Amino acid sequence: MIKKTLLTAFVALGMSFGTTAVLAAGGETHIEDYDFSFEGPFGKFDENQLQRGLKVYTEVCAACHGLRQVAFRTLADEGGPNLPEDQMKAYAAEIEVFDKELDDTRSAKPSDKFPGSALENAPDLSLMAKARAGFHGPHGLGINQIVFGMGGPEHIASILTGYTGKEKEEAGATLYENTAFPGGWIAMGPPLEDEQVEFDDGHANDMVSMAEDVSAFLMWTAEPKMMARKKLGVLSVLFLSFFSVLLYLTNKRIWAPVKRKD
Amino acid sequence: MAGIPHDHYEPKSGGEKWLHSRLPIVGLLYDTLMIPTPKNLNWMWIWGIVLTFCLAMQIITGIVLVMHYTPHVDLAFDSVEHIMRDVNGGWALRYIHTNGASLFFIAVYAHIFRGLYYGSYKAPREITWIIGMLIYLAMMGTAFMGYVLPWGQMSFWGATVITGLFGAIPGIGPIIQEWLLGGPAVDNATLNRFFSLHYLLPFVIAGLVAVHIWAFHTTGNNNPTGVEVRRKSKAEANKDTVPFWPYFVIKDLFALVVILVGFFAIVGFMPNYLGHPDNYIEANALATPAHIVPEWYFLPFYAILRAITFDVLFLDAKFLGVLAMFGSIAIMALAPWLDTSPVRSGRYRPLFKKAFWILGVVFFILMWCGAQNPDLVLIGMSADGHMLKMELPHAGDEMSFFYINTARLSLWATIYWFGYFIVILPLLGMIEKTDEVPETIEADFDAHYPPKS
Repeated sequence: MIKKTLLTAFVALGMSFGTTAVLAAGGETHIEDYDFSFEGPFGKFDENQLQRGLKVYTEVCAACHGLRQVAFRTLADEGGPNLPEDQMKAYAAEIEVFDKELDDTRSAKPSDKFPGSALENAPDLSLMAKARAGFHGPHGLGINQIVFGMGGPEHIASILTGYTGKEKEEAGATLYENTAFPGGWIAMGPPLEDEQVEFDDGHANDMVSMAEDVSAFLMWTAEPKMMARKKLGVLSVLFLSFFSVLLYLTNKRIWAPVKRKD
Repeated sequence: MAGIPHDHYEPKSGGEKWLHSRLPIVGLLYDTLMIPTPKNLNWMWIWGIVLTFCLAMQIITGIVLVMHYTPHVDLAFDSVEHIMRDVNGGWALRYIHTNGASLFFIAVYAHIFRGLYYGSYKAPREITWIIGMLIYLAMMGTAFMGYVLPWGQMSFWGATVITGLFGAIPGIGPIIQEWLLGGPAVDNATLNRFFSLHYLLPFVIAGLVAVHIWAFHTTGNNNPTGVEVRRKSKAEANKDTVPFWPYFVIKDLFALVVILVGFFAIVGFMPNYLGHPDNYIEANALATPAHIVPEWYFLPFYAILRAITFDVLFLDAKFLGVLAMFGSIAIMALAPWLDTSPVRSGRYRPLFKKAFWILGVVFFILMWCGAQNPDLVLIGMSADGHMLKMELPHAGDEMSFFYINTARLSLWATIYWFGYFIVILPLLGMIEKTDEVPETIEADFDAHYPPKS
């Protein structure tokens, strides 16, 4: 039990680790430890990166995948993509959603959520960055998750960049070899190629940059309140540490006569 | 309350006397808070407060979560996401509640092993110990059912596996399983009854906690020496004890706050560390996850469940596993009668100490085994003579006799777990030569903090 408490204390330490590009093997798959701006206790989402990720999602991923948990209005949230109100509304208006009452599609309002997946076998991406863990072990000890993080966005970026170019036919479907996918063969064709999406500010649009951008965006869709969460973490750790010092001194003073230390 | 002689509440003003003669509630609170407590308690005596805090925290966050949660197979998963995204501070409530369960179990395991080491279970505290075991069982039930509520993949498949255990009982098993599930498989009826019981059981726990506290307030606290407080007179008792308020209230609060620093670091910086990623995928009865793993706090007992891989006579392995799992907890409840040593505290028992620490290591080994594939070979030789190290045997690979895999390691650890209670505890009491035990608590305390001459 002492070990468990130690482990708890260890976590805070682990989070402050620098994130260098390390290859951490999760079974046979290879997950690249990409460096994201939102890592560590003080890490923050990069608004520009989230907006670029949204663009990649819209132009590439959205063809097959959905984000059914994410409301358009949240695109304007601080601590998220922080789109200006009018841009968020304009973005929503361009997307058709199904309205149960109309029994028809109409252009989306800010209060609507993104459409679900268009393809049966394309999973919804809202929570993907939390539903996958890139880093494990070693040997089930859970240390790599402390050092490198859970590795959700790293897993996504590694999938997007992990194609070897090999293909095979199986039961009438084409499978693509991917070094990050469990089992090594994935049904999704390589979705990204260099310079596929143009960014207004001329930001780098090679495949790796775009994979990082969309992975960061999907981390936000999975954990939209991450900034508030980290703030709570920092504030409560600071406050409780200070409070514990006061209690330590109080306790010492109360006990001094009993322990004959006064 | 009976027990150690101490000052009682005396109503002074007219109003106090009026109330006291009708309902002596202030007196009850006073006696509870001012209970004479052995002054030599060490830092392992803080877990009770941590546990009480956890129970309150879980009930309060839980009540608010229920206001926003929908117990229906089609809506539960999305309602949890609604809490995470739309409810003010909902993400904090939920992360505190899920990680709160882990803190609760860290504290309860520390508390139980404290009791095992210092012989807190021995006469006259058997009732306290057994109530504690009942609380622990109720906690396990509550945590298990709570984990089903988000209706993720692990919720669903965990529920399927664990309720399946009851199906292994010969004869009546399938009937019991169907009764628990409310149908032939885990479905809406299961979710609804689990939700109902997950709300009910914490209040049962709160009631049991009151009885637990009542019981040890009657016998008095144990302490690291295991020597009883002298209780012939108030003066004598005062030499061994200090009142709970303020001495232990402040000490325990300090410890609680230090623990909460770690807790909030996890909630703030890595709230999903102790969870399973698969639970962010909505339950799907048609897709079985590659590995079905319970939450970490169930792993030791899950390992015991899977340790039995062979039939004995007419009993099949699965049922024996279930018996072993429940037996491993039941046997702990019998510790007061299995431990024959006249010395209470492990501090003065050299052989017991060794056996105890091995039990601690075994507990962590079982925890590790519970999360691993049972076929994982830690080290060993295959039939054709090549070595395997931390790997699964390849398909069709025959193993030689010489190997350790998770299943074997679990079995050895399980045998030690039972052996500790059934063989070691009774035997040690008869053969062990114990160290000298201090005369009084005061003597032990003075040895640490010598009186000024």
